[in-house]
Amino acid sequence: MDSIKRILAEMTEVVSNPGQVVKSYKEKTGKGVIGCLPYYLPEEIVHAAGMLPIGVWGGQTQVSLAHTVFPAFCCSIMQSVMEFALKGVYKDLDAVIIPAPCDTMKSIGQDWLYVVPNVKAILTVYPQMRKIEAGVQYLKSEFLKIKKEIEAISGEPISDKSLTASIEVYNEHRQVLREFCTVARMYPLTITPTVRHLVIKSGFFMEKGQHTSLVNELINALRKCPAEEFKGKKVILTGIMAEPDGLLKVFSDNGLTVVADDLAHESRLFRTDVPDGNEDPLVRLARQWSLIEGCSLAYDPEKKRGDMLIDMAKETGAEGIILCMMKFCDPEEFDYPVLSVQFEEAGIPLLHLEIDQQMQSVEQVRTRIQGFAEMLNTI
Amino acid sequence: MSEEKLTSKQYLAELTAKHYQDAIEGKKRGELVAWSSSIAPQEFCETMGIHVLYPENHAAAIGAKGGALPMIDHAESKGYTVDLCSYARINLAYKDMQECCFENIPLPDLLIICNNICNTLVKWYENLAKELNIPLICIDVPYNVDYEVTQERVDYIKGQFKEAIRQLEEICGKPFDYDRFQTVMENSSKAAKAWNRAMKYAEYVPSPLNGFNIFNYMSQMVCSRGRADSVKLYDLIADELEELAKSGQSQFPVEEKFRIMWEGIACWPYLSHNFKTFKQYGINMVGSTYPEAWTLLYEAGDIDGMAKAYASIMNNCNLERQIDLRVRILKECKCDGAVYHLNRSCKLMDFMQYQLQQEVYKRTGIPYISFDGDQTDPRNFAKAQFETRIQALVEMMEERKNQL
Repeated sequence: MDSIKRILAEMTEVVSNPGQVVKSYKEKTGKGVIGCLPYYLPEEIVHAAGMLPIGVWGGQTQVSLAHTVFPAFCCSIMQSVMEFALKGVYKDLDAVIIPAPCDTMKSIGQDWLYVVPNVKAILTVYPQMRKIEAGVQYLKSEFLKIKKEIEAISGEPISDKSLTASIEVYNEHRQVLREFCTVARMYPLTITPTVRHLVIKSGFFMEKGQHTSLVNELINALRKCPAEEFKGKKVILTGIMAEPDGLLKVFSDNGLTVVADDLAHESRLFRTDVPDGNEDPLVRLARQWSLIEGCSLAYDPEKKRGDMLIDMAKETGAEGIILCMMKFCDPEEFDYPVLSVQFEEAGIPLLHLEIDQQMQSVEQVRTRIQGFAEMLNTI
Repeated sequence: MSEEKLTSKQYLAELTAKHYQDAIEGKKRGELVAWSSSIAPQEFCETMGIHVLYPENHAAAIGAKGGALPMIDHAESKGYTVDLCSYARINLAYKDMQECCFENIPLPDLLIICNNICNTLVKWYENLAKELNIPLICIDVPYNVDYEVTQERVDYIKGQFKEAIRQLEEICGKPFDYDRFQTVMENSSKAAKAWNRAMKYAEYVPSPLNGFNIFNYMSQMVCSRGRADSVKLYDLIADELEELAKSGQSQFPVEEKFRIMWEGIACWPYLSHNFKTFKQYGINMVGSTYPEAWTLLYEAGDIDGMAKAYASIMNNCNLERQIDLRVRILKECKCDGAVYHLNRSCKLMDFMQYQLQQEVYKRTGIPYISFDGDQTDPRNFAKAQFETRIQALVEMMEERKNQL
């Protein structure tokens, strides 16, 4: 148990002090740190340059400066990111990479060039027709552009060998996080929703090899403990992200445990490996994007997400699904009406919960979560 | 009455009626009907003889006729939040209801989109494809973070053209007719030039064109720009404007005291209110991004050029180029002011708009105002706010005129 506490403390430390993480990485290694905005960036390229890719997903803050850049109906992650950017929170980053999977992200990339000129922005646009070869080749050209930008910052070329090695590190990290999510189901009292989230999120602020070791250690420590009995209800989280922590605590307060997730901030990032093969490593990275399924940001005319979630519920024994709806997120908001019909047909209870990083109090959601938990208990 | 004597207004009405009628009757005969986004490469469907209908155009007409609310309510009851594009909400409701205050269009057999105007289309049409269980052809034109369309993007788009042709051959069960494709490209190119020629009359001072007429004229550019009819219509409009210009007359009903640029989509439910407010002050909306939007210029047979044309739609351009475009419009159309529509439906336009306004102002010194509105959701617009802002703009324009 002590080792579990120590590991979690280490994770809490990085998650609570990303600024310190940036500073000490730079001091220790003499290499740069690159901020990676959502979603699915080729962090492997940054890693291969010996630099630290760090997650830039906003956070809980009061928005004021960002209102000069966006109207109020902009998604709350981007409001927070812009607020932090304008306050100088990212000033120690050597660059940020901003993709454009939605209209909001296209805009923030452009606005950034005008309002945050002191932090270099590397802009990239992924293909939506990601499954045809022309799409893969186009994405390769985008990754090549990123690679050149990173090389220019580090001053050193990135070899295919180091890139291949970084892909290995990342694939291993993905595999270990998937394993953690499976093991965590047996320890719902220790791995509460808050802890589960912490373990995954801490990966955004650590070198991935180091995070892999830490999660492996945690898995081993957990396995030494007997499986925990849980009287509450099992749920799946889907959406962009499930924050702030206060929200996750309301889940446990109401006897809910997270048995799996389909969050862009969590499992969507590690459920698809970069495929093996002898191709150019940049092509392999591009192929990963063509293999991703069930994400609101990856074009899918068949909309497999609903069926994937229904299968996930069957496999994990989840009794309900909570859709953590990021406020003002078009891609997720368009998925919701289709999902709600599918879940109803499958007889899976669904809670639509609005997520706002600027949420000051969780009292409003508390009532809704309480109601949902009670409803699950009557089934 | 012989065709030669038709006015452009009559001809446009005739073409619009025919456009819907052809699709309705075609569907009855078992011919294929596609729903398409407004600036998708219609060349492919036109070549295959598929009837193409345009939900954005349809939703705008429903909005203009005051029929949006019941449809928006239906969409909301299905779980579509009010934060989503109102065109999408109206169309997704229409898919279920198949009844509206405007033409009742037939449901599609296939869908085609090009995300050069927004990514919202991708999500909207995914839902149509899923719920109607029909094929979706997607031409993805990656947002141009560079000023120009890169060759890598052009190659990717060309790869998708091939894929679209493959899908169409499969859907239609017949080979793609490359000769006909050539003719369609020629017509499209001619229509683009004719459209552009007509729109150029906005630059005249005073303008023979009433800017608000662009909102009517554009429908044919959306719906049938691959057809010879369209060339004829825009030639006719241009000829009429030429006549008016020669005789010193204008479609604009009062003296043109101020010339402004309108940024963004029209506020369809309040079109006549907006126009009356402008008219009251003698404001002619001579500048807008619409003329540019459908000036898809490329030479027939030049596939690289066609890919670039579709990828260079202003919504798909980086902010620097968007700023340049507005500065050019303000200058070419000799505008005294600019009106920015903060359109609740269009995040892509809104989330760069503050920078756009400031940078354009820095470079031109031309006064501007912004108002809150929506392309079709009537609840997101307040007449009083609009009127007050326009009044303020008039004061700024007058002051500037006095100083110049």
